[in-house]
Amino acid sequence: MLHIVNKSPLERPSLDACLRVAEPGTILLIEDAVYAAARGTAGAARLAAAKDRFKVCVLLPDAEARAIADRLIDGVTTVGYDGFVDLVANHRNCQSWL
Amino acid sequence: MSEGTAKKFMFVNRTAPYGTVYALESLEVVLISAAFDQDVSLVFLDDGVWQLKKGQQTKGIETKNFSPTYRALEGYDVEKLYVEQESLAARGLAEEDLIVDVTVLTSAELGKLMEEQDVVLSF
Repeated sequence: MLHIVNKSPLERPSLDACLRVAEPGTILLIEDAVYAAARGTAGAARLAAAKDRFKVCVLLPDAEARAIADRLIDGVTTVGYDGFVDLVANHRNCQSWL
Repeated sequence: MSEGTAKKFMFVNRTAPYGTVYALESLEVVLISAAFDQDVSLVFLDDGVWQLKKGQQTKGIETKNFSPTYRALEGYDVEKLYVEQESLAARGLAEEDLIVDVTVLTSAELGKLMEEQDVVLSF
């Protein structure tokens, strides 16, 4: 399953809920959720702890807008809007953690 | 407006720049209040510190990059920019990562500054 998260991990518990509930699969971080993949943040530590259970993707235009594209943690995959579409198309279903 | 009637305005910025419209709206109200010769302070804490992160490139999200405006605030006599140390640390950020010169305060110092204000506006 594809899990899409769009809220900052330090402002809302969306990512925490996703990591707590979701079965192993793929997580796509978009909008303010991309901060979760920035080095040195609390969100990054939580993602790193879950790396065996999830493939983590980050929407690159959102990371660039927020000036964190050059400080993403290791092990995450950046995707563009085309990659976003592919992820949705290639998973049987998806859940948006709004 | 004479100097004696200027009030101390504090703008409290706690949201990241592009996920919601709060950051941009705050900046617009700051510019308006500066035009009325008020004593304006901006503080950035929690995810608000991301507003000042150097290197924002918004072409890919087709949104205006308003971060250069923070550098123009000086021209409007808005020179009191404060950032909470704890918020920077929680995000792996240092003062050098920011687009403008700021005064870094501890939570306690920030609380004291907030207490001194006549008007506090929250975004």
